[in-house]
Amino acid sequence: MIYADNAATTRMSEAAINTMTELMKEGWGNPSSLYVHGQKAKEILEKAREEIAEIISAAPREIYFTSGGSEADNQAILSAAALGRKNGKMHIVSSAFEHHAVLHTLSKLEKEGFEITLLNVHEDGLIVPEEAAEAIRDDTCLVTVMYANNEIGTIQPIRKIGAVCREKGVLFHVDAVQAVGHIPVNVAEDNIDMLSASAHKFHGPKGVGFLYAKKGVRLSNLIEGGAQERGKRAGTENVPGIASMATALKEAVSKMQENTEHQTVMRDRLIAGLQRIPHCALNGDAVHRLPGNVNFCFEGIEGESLLLLLDDRGICASSGSACTSGSLDPSHVLLAIGRVHDVAHGSLRLSIGEEISEKEVDYMIQSVTEVVGYLRGFSPIWRDLMAGKKEFIL
Amino acid sequence: MALYSEKVMEHFRNPRNVGVIEDANGIGEVGNAKCGDIMKMYLKIENGIVEDVKFETFGCGSAIASSSMATELIKGQPVSEVKKLTNKAVAEALDGLPDYKMHCSVLAEEAIQSALEDYQKRTGNQI
Repeated sequence: MIYADNAATTRMSEAAINTMTELMKEGWGNPSSLYVHGQKAKEILEKAREEIAEIISAAPREIYFTSGGSEADNQAILSAAALGRKNGKMHIVSSAFEHHAVLHTLSKLEKEGFEITLLNVHEDGLIVPEEAAEAIRDDTCLVTVMYANNEIGTIQPIRKIGAVCREKGVLFHVDAVQAVGHIPVNVAEDNIDMLSASAHKFHGPKGVGFLYAKKGVRLSNLIEGGAQERGKRAGTENVPGIASMATALKEAVSKMQENTEHQTVMRDRLIAGLQRIPHCALNGDAVHRLPGNVNFCFEGIEGESLLLLLDDRGICASSGSACTSGSLDPSHVLLAIGRVHDVAHGSLRLSIGEEISEKEVDYMIQSVTEVVGYLRGFSPIWRDLMAGKKEFIL
Repeated sequence: MALYSEKVMEHFRNPRNVGVIEDANGIGEVGNAKCGDIMKMYLKIENGIVEDVKFETFGCGSAIASSSMATELIKGQPVSEVKKLTNKAVAEALDGLPDYKMHCSVLAEEAIQSALEDYQKRTGNQI
């Protein structure tokens, strides 16, 4: 099997599994208990907090453990909105291709009276910091932009957008779920006030993530209860999961440079190979891009059938077609970068991991080329395009 | 548990009656690219019997499987029977489709009915 869906989730690393299982056996005490067994769990928890904080250049007290990226996104945005409402600032700036954890939270706020401005992400899948600056108003309480897009992998000019926010005195939240553990993230240098991350995207366990909130940013609670996480996130801490996340992140960061070098070479080989298929297009900028992300649209075919046939050949991938999303519309990300429905249905995302080999990349190129050709062979759209009855879009 | 039944996957992997009939006397095309599904059915009807049928489909796995199954169900059948083909019959023959994929079987029914109408229009033969 070639697993090329690392943007969806990653396999846990051996080290992360070891940390987790060891603590399930030995570190199962409640960190809130005062006896030694509980306090041992507390120590493990705080060590994980310190390690994670150090990696992103935050202070340990600025790290709040959550159930994952979605919870962190929700809490960050709702906290900023609560602060904004209190100060009569009910305008939020975001982008059109955020993750649904952000977009749906913003829709909820819109129904409650907030005004939302979604920045254009342009054809290259990038936000222009100057446009963020123009969108900020006197009543803007938050700018929330993702570090790297989950579908097309484009890396946003976060530091510049952060600088704009600092200058204007507006809170800046970054959904860094796809970035943390894969590219350098430094909340201090990047001018970030709040940041969301998820362990299972960097070879840690599912159901664990964290929210960084800069000192002085007052968080609202999503979950009420005990005084865990400095009173901002109730519920007995998932100590094995949290420690395992720290292990996974340390490992990812220590290998980041070599992983990036290898993945970038493999990614570019994959892109070059797929670009030889006629009437296709790479989605998102080729340079400002996560080292493992490849995303294409192929004209004349539909993504789900492509995925099923790749699955038959042992390749795990994903698509932004409507059929794979369970809705009638294709991916909002592809629509946001200007792909029309007709070609957005024919999209393919291959998010390769660190262990990918040249042989596997070549096998994927060959498989995708063959399957796209096969599906085009009985596609009525392709027939019309080839017969000149319809204009090619790509 | 797989997304689709074995039968759907079998028809998807090995679709029957794929292609074009050059001298078809009934052609129906339904769906649109915007929605991600287009089905085109070619019928060759002689003496009130569907002597040959071929399809082309742009769409997901269940759309391709539904097209394939529908062609199997109508090939060699009298037009009077083909007229009665429902999407339900197509879905049942495939051992069921997920709820949100039922529209694929509807497209198959519509593509065939549209091809029959085209046949009627071209030939003047009542169906």
